[in-house]
Amino acid sequence: MILVIVEHALGKLSKSIYEMATAARQIGREGPVTMVVLGSGVSSLAEQAALLADQVLVGDKPELAHYDPEIWASAAAQIAREGEAHTILIAGSRSGREYSPRVAVKLDAPLIEDAITLEDRSGVLGASHYTFLARVTEKVEAQGPVVVVTVKPGAFAVAQPGSTAAEQFDVELNLPLPRLTVTGRTEEKSERVSLTDADLVVAGGRGVGSPEGFTQLVEALADQLGAAVGATRAIVDAGWRPYSEQVGQTGKTVQPKAYIAVGISGAVQHLSGMNKSKFIVAINKDADAPIFKIADYGIVGDVSEIVPAIITELRK
Amino acid sequence: MRMLAVIRQVLDAEESVVIQDGAVSLQGRKLVMDTMDEYGVEEALRLRESGADMEVVALAIGPARSEEAVRSALAMGADRGILVETDTFLDVIAVSSVVAQVARTEQVDLIFCGGQQADWDSHALGAAIAERLDWAQTTWTNALTLQDKKLTGKHDVEAGSETFTLSLPAVVTTQQGLNEPRYPTLPNIMKAKKKELRRLPLEGFGVSAKLKVTGVEVQVKERRKKILDGKNAGTAAAQLVDLLRNDARVIE
Repeated sequence: MILVIVEHALGKLSKSIYEMATAARQIGREGPVTMVVLGSGVSSLAEQAALLADQVLVGDKPELAHYDPEIWASAAAQIAREGEAHTILIAGSRSGREYSPRVAVKLDAPLIEDAITLEDRSGVLGASHYTFLARVTEKVEAQGPVVVVTVKPGAFAVAQPGSTAAEQFDVELNLPLPRLTVTGRTEEKSERVSLTDADLVVAGGRGVGSPEGFTQLVEALADQLGAAVGATRAIVDAGWRPYSEQVGQTGKTVQPKAYIAVGISGAVQHLSGMNKSKFIVAINKDADAPIFKIADYGIVGDVSEIVPAIITELRK
Repeated sequence: MRMLAVIRQVLDAEESVVIQDGAVSLQGRKLVMDTMDEYGVEEALRLRESGADMEVVALAIGPARSEEAVRSALAMGADRGILVETDTFLDVIAVSSVVAQVARTEQVDLIFCGGQQADWDSHALGAAIAERLDWAQTTWTNALTLQDKKLTGKHDVEAGSETFTLSLPAVVTTQQGLNEPRYPTLPNIMKAKKKELRRLPLEGFGVSAKLKVTGVEVQVKERRKKILDGKNAGTAAAQLVDLLRNDARVIE
């Protein structure tokens, strides 16, 4: 049995679940593709999942209303054991990558993190993933029959929901009490499309000159394009922009169709968060900036002149 | 009480990656303590300095050269170091077993661990250690205080952040923003040379790798490299928009 632990927010399946449905079919391992829906009041989510799977297991309990790594790991491991699952796919999101190691330890299984390919070779699960700040692709083989995998968002095609719904089964779960007591929650609020889901990202670095420069150049161009906004570590550290916008090693990893870097020189830590973008556009006054080495298109010039000119051109 | 800071020696992020004999070559390259682990060492030192009566132990699991990273932690201010020596590749799930065994022997109450590894890009070590010890964890932590064996802090979650409380024992994984790691001063570097650094062979821990690495390749994506001169902003902007519309076809 191949388990896909469903991730959801605001009553909808995450995009990554549609990608994991594709991954589960491509692996070439036997057994039904089984979606596991955990939460409280999740019947509509289970119906969405039923169009992507061979069967759906539903853990609908008040204790599952909020994500907690220990509770999620416990639920996933119990279901994996009872269903004798050999492959457990978990989204490569922040939470997925947080609770998946616990599932692997509980099952005494190998953990493959952020897989971009998955393939069974005579019973051995092979995978590839990025290492060295996303500069190297490493191939690994799991040593053991049961494997826990987190799947990198954007690595697999989005599956189309089928027309017939798979059967749903309720599961009994014996859950631990949370030990991390959450005393307050702050949601990232942005009028714009989310950075990790965006097709277009406009990002700014020190070269925009000031927080005001960021607003006038980067935000204005992003709004003109309907793009998400990103920032380098340097300007997040300087307090110009919130951490939630940081792209790079210690921030978010993005893979948009186009990444437009404004006044960004291209430190390795930044590049590791965006170097898988389909197209990279760089605008910078320094022709020797490393960002130009990985750019598809670029303009060497003053960002305070170039960016407004681009906005004018787009409005034509 | 005792804190354990798990540290690793990795390729400096500014060094380019070279592959030799089917692996990333570290020969003659600049190696440093993983930045994410530095945050952990620094945070342990800060908690000690803020009045927690705790010993800070730095632990590395890796080849003999990892001693340099342990010495850096000692120079920052850790009380003593432990190096579990091995030249074999161990995946994170296997390493977590070694850390958990050391934590039990040393009767540790709090473990710090980097949020993401700069070489394997792994996020998993902290959670795997916590599971082996049956402890709670907080990941992507960006603020932390300790009082009466209780941690209070803030950490990032899927879409935003949470404030939390957590009783010891616990595992904390770090991220940028938690603190600004101090630079070791020369007197402290000298002092660190005299601090206890215990070497243990991996063999005693009874672990085996759960992942086998079968190949590595450097990612080189062919880029179009059409770089325009921006002296005339209007002309360059028009050319760029045309390329985005008709060459890349990424905008309408």
